[in-house]
Amino acid sequence: MALWLWSAAYAPDYYGKLHECLVSPVGKLFMLGWTFAFFFHLGSGIRHLFWDMGKGFSLPVMHKTGWLVVVFSVAMTIAAWMAAYSMAGQNL
Amino acid sequence: MTSSSDFRSKMGRVKGLGAAGHGVGHWWWQRVTAVALVPLSLWFVCSLTKGLMSPDVVKVAIWMSSPINATLFLLLLVSAFFHAKLGLQVVIEDYVHTPRMKYFLLLCNIFFCAGVCLLCTLAVLKLHFLDVISSAI
Repeated sequence: MALWLWSAAYAPDYYGKLHECLVSPVGKLFMLGWTFAFFFHLGSGIRHLFWDMGKGFSLPVMHKTGWLVVVFSVAMTIAAWMAAYSMAGQNL
Repeated sequence: MTSSSDFRSKMGRVKGLGAAGHGVGHWWWQRVTAVALVPLSLWFVCSLTKGLMSPDVVKVAIWMSSPINATLFLLLLVSAFFHAKLGLQVVIEDYVHTPRMKYFLLLCNIFFCAGVCLLCTLAVLKLHFLDVISSAI
């Protein structure tokens, strides 16, 4: 993200090349992986915050919320990419 | 002498907390930044999908020239880098055992997170205040 911001602000010529890298097949794979990692981190983090509040420590609940986070991550990754393609398809 | 809000013994208060010598502040700020990041990062991802990832630099500059976008983005940067720094700090403290390497990595962590955060902040401010179009010509 730092590269993206920096090149947008200070090196507009470089920005085009960077964008090409990002939408290349390798770049897309990387972005897909990052999207999943992001949503997984988000889901796990919220699960952590519930634990901080003292909730959800029983083992059955632990198992359920664990899988909920995985399902959430997969679903949100798919949703985000579908939204991106539908809203700004020409850029991807 | 003993305050009702402090559960530590006198020796505990003198020696500091646990292995790292500190803890509660770190724990608190990790949670504060986490809570702040839930809406902020979701907003960022939504903005990306809505077209912030455009090949056109000018579009990005126009998006960033809105004060709301710029403010939210700066808040996102500060929260995210502080959150990352705190998280990595725990990893280094827990898993690096040789003292020299540990302190070296801890310093690297702080400097890297602060440095890159400042770099991104400069870029955001530049996009917000100056015309990218004019500098591209």
